[in-house]
Amino acid sequence: MTTPSSAPTPPGRAEAPAPAHDGPGTTDSRPARGGWRDRLRGRSELGVSLLLLAVGVLVLSDTLTMETVANQRGPVGPRTVPLAVGIALLVVAVVLAVDVLRGGRGEAEAGEDVDLDEPSDWRTVALLAGIFLATAALIDPLGFPITGALLFWGSAYALGSRNLTRDPLIAAVLSLATFAAFNTLLGVPLPGGPLMGVL
Amino acid sequence: MESLSSLLDGFGTALTPLNLLWAAVGVLLGTAIGVLPGIGPAMAVALLLPVTYGLDPIGAFIMFAGIYYGGMFGGSTTSILLNTPGESAAVVAAIEGNPMAKSGRGSQALAAAAIGHFAGGMIGTILLVALAPTVASLAVDIGAPDYFAIMVLAFIAVTSVLGSSRIRGFAALLIGLTLGLVGLDQMTGQQRLTFGSLQLSDGIDVVIVAVGLFAIGEALWVAARLRHTSGESMPVGRPWLERGDLRRTWKPWLRGPAIGFPFGAIPAGGAEIPTFLSYVTEKRLSKHKNEFGKGAIEGVAGPESASSASAAGTLVSLLTLGLPTTAVAAVMLAAFQQYGIQPGPLLFEREPDLVWGLIASLFVGMVLLLVLNLPLAPVWAKLLRIPRPYLYAGILFFAAVGAYAVGGEAIDMVILLVIGLIGLMMRRFGLPVLPAIIGVILGPAAEQQLRRALQISDGSVTGLVDTPFAVTVYAVIAVLLAWPYLRRLAGRGRPAGPGGDRGAGGPADPGGSGESGGEKEESKV
Repeated sequence: MTTPSSAPTPPGRAEAPAPAHDGPGTTDSRPARGGWRDRLRGRSELGVSLLLLAVGVLVLSDTLTMETVANQRGPVGPRTVPLAVGIALLVVAVVLAVDVLRGGRGEAEAGEDVDLDEPSDWRTVALLAGIFLATAALIDPLGFPITGALLFWGSAYALGSRNLTRDPLIAAVLSLATFAAFNTLLGVPLPGGPLMGVL
Repeated sequence: MESLSSLLDGFGTALTPLNLLWAAVGVLLGTAIGVLPGIGPAMAVALLLPVTYGLDPIGAFIMFAGIYYGGMFGGSTTSILLNTPGESAAVVAAIEGNPMAKSGRGSQALAAAAIGHFAGGMIGTILLVALAPTVASLAVDIGAPDYFAIMVLAFIAVTSVLGSSRIRGFAALLIGLTLGLVGLDQMTGQQRLTFGSLQLSDGIDVVIVAVGLFAIGEALWVAARLRHTSGESMPVGRPWLERGDLRRTWKPWLRGPAIGFPFGAIPAGGAEIPTFLSYVTEKRLSKHKNEFGKGAIEGVAGPESASSASAAGTLVSLLTLGLPTTAVAAVMLAAFQQYGIQPGPLLFEREPDLVWGLIASLFVGMVLLLVLNLPLAPVWAKLLRIPRPYLYAGILFFAAVGAYAVGGEAIDMVILLVIGLIGLMMRRFGLPVLPAIIGVILGPAAEQQLRRALQISDGSVTGLVDTPFAVTVYAVIAVLLAWPYLRRLAGRGRPAGPGGDRGAGGPADPGGSGESGGEKEESKV
């Protein structure tokens, strides 16, 4: 899966080496080129089309390589629906691309804490995603109480909280309380890790 | 009258101390979530899905229903005090409620909203009691082709009624359907989209999809565009109403459910359209038309009543047909699946304790909400001051816990993050989330019904349309799909009048609702 941060690449990739000829005689060819590039600029939404296209191809190739078995019950086998979904994905990808090139825009979702006038802060998103992945990697060796606290503290830090006493304190309390609630109240064991071995 | 005695039994279930506690937890949590920015009831129920591992179903659903109703209650508070609706259903409340608060009538606006929710919820739930058993008994005989038709209707309705762009709705639906395909085919056990991974052959747990799309997607999207200046909340006292206000609000309170309830029951996205329609109706009927836009109390009372009633209508479709019409209902359906319970016509026969306990708890929750919310409104408003880093770090934290609790596997957290990134992309590019979650949850069921129907008819496609019910549903779908074109034709046929509510009486109203769908600005799930 392409991450949204890397999905809006088409404008970047379209950055072909600038035409070397710069004479007055060649001006007629430049508006066309510039027009093409202008068309792609600000159309990162084409990345969504590409993603849908990729997923469609993935679904179709997976379905077509599926081994058919004899014990299929009923006239509709396991392939029919994925085939329909895959084809629909391709169609929607194309229609969406046409819509975007014609100037259609998906409205970014508004919200109380969302400021649509600000440029996107992909750094924070990448940081949060990284922290989340680190949590996934560390939860088994370090146990839940420690990784959970690190996840909360790290995320709060990435989001701009800089209180070096309150942040870790809240993180620790939240993590331990959740650990206790899941293990005792819900009966869903979370890994205690070395910390619980010490206690 | 049979349903009345069942309801009394339900009260027996709902009023046990433990279930009363769950109802209280639900409505408190729901109100807090409605007030808090960034979290909506669907995300809250999604984040709480792990409790289904430890809690009995009755307690869990009583809590979830409390969150749903409480979220509606709390959402209007932020609309009125901050002009930032905490809920897509509360957008309309901001139109009149906020000017009221600005002119010093915030307490009256809050009271009109709270009592409106109470009235709407009560009337809606009474209608639920009256209608649900009948609908269930009528629906007992419907078969695979009918179910398939209903599900297709849900798919089409959520993609084409809501949102400003159909193609983006369909893109979202297909993303959901694709996620739903992953795993072993239910009928033949063949691997689909698993890429040989053992992890994926169980399918992607619906908890992970719901939490990923709603919680992670939302948290990351907010992180990308975090607002650094926050609006100031207006100070308010205890909500109260004068006699003159009461005279102006009681009719809107009673009219709201007439609009809200039916819209909640059909897959048209829940409370957004009915609240808007209720607002328009109140404006037309009011004797104080000149006050509209400047703080007319009818414009708060009617829509808020409609929004709570729509929640009750939503439960009719969910409980009797297994058809989720809103994001919250979709996540609640996921919770039913976690318990291995299939909502549908047979639910009332198979799980009477659960259904009637749940319905009775709605009445209990409504009273709790009114008792808690009238005096506590100023306290709730303080919740708005929570530091945003803590709020969104907390969402990420509980999302991680929820995903890990599914199977105790760290890889689930990675899948969660990937789905969360899809959710982020959808928010960035205006793909609605509701079709995706409906696709994930209903997709596999729809496929099964399709195959079952064609198995019965021995592969003949006519097997899909051999009941009057299915034919009717497909006719509705055709109208929905053709609607924009029909409207264009109708528009060409008559002089372009403002509003056009006289020329073509019938079609004018849905036309208005279509516009309200496009008007959806502050959507939160």
